[in-house]
Amino acid sequence: MIHYEVSKGVLNIKIGGELDHSVATTIKERLDKVIRGGGYEMVVFDFSDLQFMDSTGVGLLLGRYKTAKSMAKPVAIFRPSAPVDKVLKVSGIYSIMPKI
Amino acid sequence: MDKIVLIVKALPENECFARSVIAAYATRLNPSMEEVSDIKTAVSEAVTNAIVHAYNNDAEKDIRLTASIEGNTLWVSVEDTGVGIPNIVEAMKDFYTTKPSEERSGLGFTIMGTFMSTLQVQSVVGEGTTVVMSKVIG
Ligand SMILES: Nc1ncnc2c1ncn2[C@@H]1O[C@H](COP(=O)(O)OP(=O)(O)O)[C@@H](O)[C@H]1O
Ligand SMILES: [Mg+2]
Repeated sequence: MIHYEVSKGVLNIKIGGELDHSVATTIKERLDKVIRGGGYEMVVFDFSDLQFMDSTGVGLLLGRYKTAKSMAKPVAIFRPSAPVDKVLKVSGIYSIMPKI
Repeated sequence: MDKIVLIVKALPENECFARSVIAAYATRLNPSMEEVSDIKTAVSEAVTNAIVHAYNNDAEKDIRLTASIEGNTLWVSVEDTGVGIPNIVEAMKDFYTTKPSEERSGLGFTIMGTFMSTLQVQSVVGEGTTVVMSKVIG
């Protein structure tokens, strides 16, 4: 499940369900297209409904971080569930995409 | 000793199926929610590696999983007959990946090692790889 919208200058990307290799390969291009489209000041990944993520999700986030960086826009992560938070912590990704 | 065996084709759709089966089996040990997701995540890493690295996405190939329970310990092995790993020590380093172009993060082994109690990797180039993990529950 993936949903995005721009509201108050924030590109909100909500990914629900389970984010693994089978999902990442199918949403990567779509996300880059939205991020390259512009019209926002910041990208926020809403993980409040994401129940599962493994290291493939970390790779997906780092890739999208690079796309956002090419647009000079910051990225943040909103409300990761406990299991997702644990993977993100181990990955060290919060040092470049803060948890909000 | 109790034991289950699951053989799946190297299809991305089976990543979710395989980790769910092992997690369901582990519920016999009354794990906490955190322990269940640790197991799911570690199994997902090993199965994804078999698909992406060992078999280079060849869905005809088989991945063999076994799980067993010994006292309060869950044992899981994930076995492929793919390309093998030439240097296991290097492969297990944080952020090491041979497929940066596919946006691999190089954190699969790091997560398996952190989320499980033990992790062992055996591999022979051209023959395949077996990942054996255990988790003490409680
Ligand atoms: N089952 C396997 N068969 C062959 N090579 C593997 C296997 N598992 C892991 N590897 C090798 O070890 C490296 C590190 O694996 P991992 O830590 O999961 O990172 P990633 O999957 O992101 O590359 C891989 O890039 C690959 O070269
Ligand atoms: Mg991996």
